[in-house]
Amino acid sequence: MTAVAPGPGRSFTQAADDELTIYERSVPGRRAFVAPALDVPAVSVEALLPAHLRRPEPPRLPEVTEPEIVRHYNRLSKRNFDLDTGFYPLGSCTMKHNPKLHERVAALPGNSRLHPLQDPARAQGALELMYRLGEALAEISGLPHVSLQPSAGSHGELAGVLLTRAYHEDRGERRTKVLTPETAHGTNPATVTMAGYEVVKLATDRDGNVDLADLRAKADSDVACLMLTNPSTLGLFEPNISQIAEIIHGVGATLYYDGANLNAIMGITRPGDMGFDIVHFNLHKSFTQPHGGGGPGSGPIAVSDRIEPYLPRPQVIRRPATPDGGGEPTATPPATSWVYDLDFDRPKSIGRLRGFQGNYGVFVRSYAYILSLGAEGLREASETAVLNANYLLAKLAAAGVGEYLPAAYNRLAMHEFVLSGAPMKAELGIKTLDLAKRLLDFGVHPPTVYFPLLVEEALLIEPTETETRETLDRFVEIVAEVLREARADPEIARHAPYGTPVRRLDEAGAARRPVLRQIL
Amino acid sequence: MADGDYPSELKYHAEHDWARVDGDEATFGITWYAQDSLGEVVFFEAPAVGSTVSKDAAYTEVESVKAVSEVIAPLSGEIVAVNEALAANPEAINEDPYGAGWLVKVRLSDPAEIETLLDAAAYAATLP
Amino acid sequence: MSTYTSVTPTDRAEMLEVIGVDSVEALFADIPAPLRLERRLDLPAGLAEQEVFRELSRLASANVSAEDEITFLGAGMYDHYVPALVDAIISRSEFLTPYTPYQPEISQGGLQAMFEYQTAISELVGLPVSNASVYEGPSAVAAAGYVAKHHNGRRRFVVSAGVHPHAIETLATYAHGYGMTVEVVELTDGVTVLGALGDDVSAVIVAQPNFLGAVEDIAACAEAAHAAGALLVCAADPIPLGIIQAPGAVGADIVVGEGQSLGNRLDYGGPSFGFFAVTEALLRRLPGRLAGETRDLDGRRGFVLTLQTREQHIRRDKATSNICTAQALNALAGVIYLSWLGRRGIVELAELLLARTDYARRRLAAIPGVRLSHTQPVIREFPITVDGDLDAVIAHCRRAQINPGYRLSEHELLIAITEQRTRAHIDLLATTIEEAL
Repeated sequence: MTAVAPGPGRSFTQAADDELTIYERSVPGRRAFVAPALDVPAVSVEALLPAHLRRPEPPRLPEVTEPEIVRHYNRLSKRNFDLDTGFYPLGSCTMKHNPKLHERVAALPGNSRLHPLQDPARAQGALELMYRLGEALAEISGLPHVSLQPSAGSHGELAGVLLTRAYHEDRGERRTKVLTPETAHGTNPATVTMAGYEVVKLATDRDGNVDLADLRAKADSDVACLMLTNPSTLGLFEPNISQIAEIIHGVGATLYYDGANLNAIMGITRPGDMGFDIVHFNLHKSFTQPHGGGGPGSGPIAVSDRIEPYLPRPQVIRRPATPDGGGEPTATPPATSWVYDLDFDRPKSIGRLRGFQGNYGVFVRSYAYILSLGAEGLREASETAVLNANYLLAKLAAAGVGEYLPAAYNRLAMHEFVLSGAPMKAELGIKTLDLAKRLLDFGVHPPTVYFPLLVEEALLIEPTETETRETLDRFVEIVAEVLREARADPEIARHAPYGTPVRRLDEAGAARRPVLRQIL
Repeated sequence: MADGDYPSELKYHAEHDWARVDGDEATFGITWYAQDSLGEVVFFEAPAVGSTVSKDAAYTEVESVKAVSEVIAPLSGEIVAVNEALAANPEAINEDPYGAGWLVKVRLSDPAEIETLLDAAAYAATLP
Repeated sequence: MSTYTSVTPTDRAEMLEVIGVDSVEALFADIPAPLRLERRLDLPAGLAEQEVFRELSRLASANVSAEDEITFLGAGMYDHYVPALVDAIISRSEFLTPYTPYQPEISQGGLQAMFEYQTAISELVGLPVSNASVYEGPSAVAAAGYVAKHHNGRRRFVVSAGVHPHAIETLATYAHGYGMTVEVVELTDGVTVLGALGDDVSAVIVAQPNFLGAVEDIAACAEAAHAAGALLVCAADPIPLGIIQAPGAVGADIVVGEGQSLGNRLDYGGPSFGFFAVTEALLRRLPGRLAGETRDLDGRRGFVLTLQTREQHIRRDKATSNICTAQALNALAGVIYLSWLGRRGIVELAELLLARTDYARRRLAAIPGVRLSHTQPVIREFPITVDGDLDAVIAHCRRAQINPGYRLSEHELLIAITEQRTRAHIDLLATTIEEAL
């Protein structure tokens, strides 16, 4: 972390020049690509492709050399803040360290150059990896059946709600509503609508839990599903989860677990044991796929027995290698005696959610992570994530900070917690946004701001288990420093940041007259 | 324009819409309070001329950097004009909500509905 | 073992004291006792990095990859060469490890790369607006269907059988949820021929080139769709667009597609990226993330995520999709690759594919017992019909370390020719098939 924050006019370490785009660097005649030699008879494009199907002019792609491309994107990279460089306590995003081993194993040619339509008999390593990852996710979630297919958390959610629809339809039921707490991730309602259901919001009680009276009033035979995040987006464990499950199952609905916050509970408690029917995982959060500046991710799902028949096609399965099988069904024979395959024969399946088998490259990284940590390590990761969050919460309650940024709920947090910037806004005249922007000058990525919507001027802070105590202490000092500075002169924060490659940007202008591409 | 200005010549709907009645036609827009709550307006989805609007029902949407909000018709009728200038200049809704920021003109189908609207003082009294 | 945490026992004790509890266990007091897992997870103990590497290497080496055989597999993902500069740039931590650029002031690199990507896709497909990418190709087709449904409120999709089967199946999965029907139109001699369409058709969906490699007449498809008031959605394969007409230039309203062939690895099917571009009229229905150009307080050019109000974190149940991420890193590989190819390179590459594919087609069609399944123009891929025992042909190819392509049916193979397949490879495929017959 940067030790000294630049004041107005000071320079930050990122490349600060106004960068040209790759198109603005283009000069006719320059090139990077050299085509392999034409080793077959030359053809006439005109003869093979009728004029009305041909492109009249080549697409105007940049004309640049390799050295220029490299320099251009390296310079752009220096205008990005990243997890490998500094603290990134972005709540609900689980910005934990991305182990370097994972990139090496994902890049092995047996993974990176494996075609998705390779005969399963010739992709046994990949299928075994997927099967074993599925087994591990089943054990972690306490739900026995896994599909790795969904591409992201939102995609896993869609899978979950479509599975719910298939389950009810198979029983001849036409249900119309899905319940979500008002604290839910915004993707939950969007997903519900896409899956053809009406969203019904559940109130939150004073302690941040689901309002059970409201749930009882709204749970009826029209309800298909309740979607819940636990710990919630407030970073709180829902202590009434067993009662909630009982109410929901009592009306014949399914209980869906949004796994965004799984990092708090690995090896400690399991969604399946809480009564959930369907869970999605964010492999890019708890299982440390690098976020890539906004993707890729992966959102596998795990389900209970009654949902299993509807899982997406295909499923990874295995069977004993020898025709007679041999051994007790419960015995675990050595891996070499299994044959792995893709099962397409799933008549009740909701079908496909995407092409091929899912984001396999992410599976490799997450499987490597699970192998590295093992049972004890996963539990220790969650314990440490919760320890770090509560330590940071306690330190931020100290004088000079706590009176301006009080905890939204006065109880122990799980892996993340919510502060309210309302007193800061009232007493110091700076908003949560201003605090966030000033943190940028100190080389810290701000927490998630203005989410959850329930808390005024919210800051959602998730330190993760891979940060050291010194980093957390330093963060507290920086927040205290920004508040001290605001007491003296709130204008500094109101106009921050100063040392970044650009200053505050006109977002309204961007939306009013959208410029979404370079005019060539 | 002063903050929280509600001109007395306009009629108001409790969902933060105004109407300027002129014979059997009326101009509709959103109030100062509505634009202030929305924040910087970035887009007005112009409804089709000739379409009908019903009192108390949404007839279009305005989008700001922080919300998309339905716009409620204060009165019923047929849209005879829309403010085309908002396509290029949606900020007029923020800067001049009762003037350049008008949204549509409507030929009223039931002018008697005007009686149900609020005057400026009554509307202002509904605001927090 | 390798836990990647750095809290020592001393740290832990001191931190618990600051929190004011006496054990880590006490931090979990909100979890009711009956719900606690009172045992260790049934997973193996953790391993050292060397051991994990060895196990992952064992699994990787149990696969037969494009490194190990001469592969003619395509059918949606292609073994194009990934230039070294792509790996070098996308493995930089500044691109690899940030989250979605919520704080634009410290994310200008990623945002500008998105803007450059949007520009390249827009130009390639011939439409004014591209988003910053979606999950992958087939689900992009399904997302396009949802846009069409919102746009015109109609009930039915008409899909060409030339669209990738995974995309048709994905569209059907989604459409069942939001209550629409999917009707598949069979191909006529390898291409889509549309008759009169009903006024309940929301969108017509075609592919370019189609799943059987044939170049479609998108202008004719657009005319038929528009005559019925429907949108035309085209799932396009990007490299052939170097020489075939941009779908957006001849009437497609939405162009989507699988971006893997643009500088992304095969990775057994993902992650890659999907591209998604629309007309101006559909701008505010576009799902996913978008980067837009703007100015900062000092008047400097900068980029932000824009038009996010439509998205689920604000519109919630009225959102245009539930997609809340791009495939930023994969799309970055895509724009680097397109910059590497450049204006002339993409034409040269597409023409090389055209020439080698034409050679392969002639060479294979000359084998007794092998016929072309259709004779439409193709760029990189084509189906053949083998009158003899295709099982025996495939087995014989495998012995020669050749993967002859994707099996379409009992007698048909779909053969893809990337620039990594040389004339020698094609000749070897031909002689091997010949021997087997």
